[in-house]
Amino acid sequence: MLSYVLRRLMHGVVSIIGASILIFVISRMSGDPIVLLLPVDAPQAAIDAMRETMGLDRPIWVQYLIFAGKALTGDFGNSYRWQMPALNLVLDRLPATIELAFAALLFSIALAVPLGVLSAVHRGGWIDTIGKGFAMLGQAMPGFWVGLLLILIFSVQLNWLPAFGSGGISHIILPAIALGWYPVAAQTRIIRSAMLDVLDSDYIRMGRALGAPERLLVWKYAFRNAAVPLVTVLGVYFASMLGGAFVVEVIFAWPGLGRTVVEAVFARDFPVVQAGVLFTSILFVVSNLLVDLSYGLIDPRIRHG
Amino acid sequence: MVDIDAAYAVISRSPSQRVMRRLFGSGIPWWSLLIFGLVVVAAIGGESIAPHDPNGLDLGAAFKPPSWLEGGSLDYLLGTDNLGRDIFSRIIAGARVTLTVAIYAIVISGGIGALIGMIAGYFGKTIDAIIMRLVDIQMSIPSLALALVIATVLSPSLTTVIVVISITYWTWYARIIRGEILSLKERDYVALAKVAGCSTPSIFARHLLPNILNTLLVLASLQVGQVIIFEASLSFLGLGIQSPDVSWGLMLADARNYITNAWWAITLPGVAIMLTCLSANLIGDWLRDTLDPKRRQL
Amino acid sequence: MTDAAIVPAFRPKPPLLKVENLKTYLYLNRGVVRAVDGVDLEVAEGETLGIVGESGSGKTMTSLSMLRLLPKPSGRIVEGSITLDGIDLVKLSEDEMVRDWRGRRISMVSQDPLTSLNPVFSIGDQVGAPFRYHHLAKGRGAVREAVEAVLARVRIPSPAKRIDDYPHQFSGGMRQRVVTAMAIACSPRLLIADEPTSALDVTIQVQMMELFRELQRDSGVGIIMITHDLGVAAGICHRVAVMYAGRVVESGDVREIFRNPAHPYTRGLLNSIPHLGRKRRRLEAIAGQPPSLIDPPRGCRFAARCPQKMARCDDYPPQFEVSTGHRAACWLAEPRP
Repeated sequence: MLSYVLRRLMHGVVSIIGASILIFVISRMSGDPIVLLLPVDAPQAAIDAMRETMGLDRPIWVQYLIFAGKALTGDFGNSYRWQMPALNLVLDRLPATIELAFAALLFSIALAVPLGVLSAVHRGGWIDTIGKGFAMLGQAMPGFWVGLLLILIFSVQLNWLPAFGSGGISHIILPAIALGWYPVAAQTRIIRSAMLDVLDSDYIRMGRALGAPERLLVWKYAFRNAAVPLVTVLGVYFASMLGGAFVVEVIFAWPGLGRTVVEAVFARDFPVVQAGVLFTSILFVVSNLLVDLSYGLIDPRIRHG
Repeated sequence: MVDIDAAYAVISRSPSQRVMRRLFGSGIPWWSLLIFGLVVVAAIGGESIAPHDPNGLDLGAAFKPPSWLEGGSLDYLLGTDNLGRDIFSRIIAGARVTLTVAIYAIVISGGIGALIGMIAGYFGKTIDAIIMRLVDIQMSIPSLALALVIATVLSPSLTTVIVVISITYWTWYARIIRGEILSLKERDYVALAKVAGCSTPSIFARHLLPNILNTLLVLASLQVGQVIIFEASLSFLGLGIQSPDVSWGLMLADARNYITNAWWAITLPGVAIMLTCLSANLIGDWLRDTLDPKRRQL
Repeated sequence: MTDAAIVPAFRPKPPLLKVENLKTYLYLNRGVVRAVDGVDLEVAEGETLGIVGESGSGKTMTSLSMLRLLPKPSGRIVEGSITLDGIDLVKLSEDEMVRDWRGRRISMVSQDPLTSLNPVFSIGDQVGAPFRYHHLAKGRGAVREAVEAVLARVRIPSPAKRIDDYPHQFSGGMRQRVVTAMAIACSPRLLIADEPTSALDVTIQVQMMELFRELQRDSGVGIIMITHDLGVAAGICHRVAVMYAGRVVESGDVREIFRNPAHPYTRGLLNSIPHLGRKRRRLEAIAGQPPSLIDPPRGCRFAARCPQKMARCDDYPPQFEVSTGHRAACWLAEPRP
């Protein structure tokens, strides 16, 4: 088990390093960031001086090493727009995004699990059909549009829930639904498929032959087995939600990392963009890692060897 | 032996199953083809078939509701936005952008992804390991986040969107095609071709490519929906298509500002996105089922 | 290959299980499959009945019918009765089957012990399950004790230590014992063993057979042993029923059938067993394939492959009494006037 954990950790670290290189390289492709920092008619000498101070005259791999070195100490540079260290800004906003992503995940599970399990148990029945139709629609609707519709219906027309900001359950409901909407379709399909496989297995048949009540078979014995592929998928979708969070945060003015990064993009605020996307990736890699490690908890076969 | 497990194939189907079959069928998805066909027509026709100029301002006609509601008129079939622009015309104009982006992005990302996947799968060992590690690394950055980084660097435009989407999605193709190649390269005809002295590019073109075309086609058709939504998201954020070009995502961004005045402006372009995606997905599903029945979902 | 020393002679007892004219059909897209088409069986207390036949003969479907575990929604018992301890199982509701019968009075062990056990639950949990379902032990302590007891009965070493282990930590033979423990936990009246040793080594097979014999001696449970292996049948069964294409073609005391097979199919099966020490140039397989069960022939279903086919065989033969307790559905067995 230990070697498994170590291997996955190494893999994760390499991914993060690689991601940071990728992000760095792309950022540097914009040409001259100096142009943004100095007034248009600045004299060449000033431009050269600034270039030297910022180390932009060195070869790119050296620049990366400087960047990486500074990053490890927590120095991502200062935000051009907000006049504060980029790292602080990012860390300040990160928890809100994590909170939103979790809420969205909870929502998607709360919808997908019952739909998936019941679709499998009553295969071909009306719930299966509705589930499939729902899934089809869900995958065709962009998350941000769902968010807009939710605002339209629940905030504008019905005035039940607030449309923006944070600060309490009522504020997180709509953004969580908008964000958690898209994966429901795929999650339902996976759960349904996993349950169908498991319900067809010999050990479930054995349980039936021993007189187990059907509900116990489905929810205790079958579901635990189906949970393994579900957990894989959860990790993947939590990650994709981190990406989708960017748009949802903008729509609902949610004070998270996503909204900050989007604003930074418009302002060409590289330090914040770099730090923000890097931390999003770190979050992504960490959540995948946790998912992999959780297999050991669910499936005893992995634990023992 | 009668396979007990095959006993799910029953003579009678439940009523709801029959309805679904009628609507969506296991045969050719006619409705989807129709809808997608309309989108294609709109894309090709563009402004010339739209009843109004998509960018024609007419403040006097602002906020007209859709024709079937009170206050609406057949002149503005789906109503107007805050600047009096006909929504129906704008939707038609947006179709061109949507499909252009989708086609270019899929062809480019699919082409690059498939090529890289073929190289990785065919040469194996170190090259494969390096390429797959690169894929992993890129995939550890959520796609929209990566798109934002790229968008910081490039100024927003149609080309930017295509570039961004292509860069984001090639990894997906690469992984899957690599898997296919790994199993294909063990086949005899590949070994024979090598022995016969066939050059590698020629092996790629003549032996490997034809066999992965099916998979590629299915992958591409399944991607259309995702690409459309991705483009809409980017344009919505303001990082994609810019005025005076029309994109459905951009329409939604505009409509957000006056959401209380014109609910149709924020609903209808989204419906266009949804219908296009839905039909593309269904066509993709059908293609997948036809070309590879093993993967059919029951 | 009979083992007369081990199996005691057949003695008539009141029937524990009586299956009469059982017909189980599968309603599939391509047609109605008559998997079990008029089967009669009897099992007495403490007796082991072997059901022998090739794949598709209907032997598994027969056992599933007894447990009322047919595939939904295509499988249906169309006709007949299955009487266990005087109660017709066909007439019971699903609730009654779950509560009082399955796992409690009638039980099953199937072929693959690896897949019969749920990999993510401990064997303690799984073996304890039937006790909980049928309320034979209340509370964790009582259930645990009962589980240890039954694990000891199936001869699993150090049951107390292994009760929290998982299936993958056991060997194949041990796993089959665990599955057997689950099946006999509530001391059922009838145990159906569907090819319980096909997936195991020959040496383990012998051990399992010994275990079944022992359990039967101690509790008087009736066993139905489904197998395609005549050797297994000979080693453990008191009586045997040979099935072909959904029907019983021959039945009787095991030694009698081996010595004096009346039906050409049975003869064919016996001829195809390799014999150690006997010189034979070729194994005689039975030529041909079983008929389709969607539209079975009206006459004898084995006729197409039968080396002794006659014109008579276009009519389905009734069961003729070859000798006491030995019956065969073949015109050749018709008593001469």
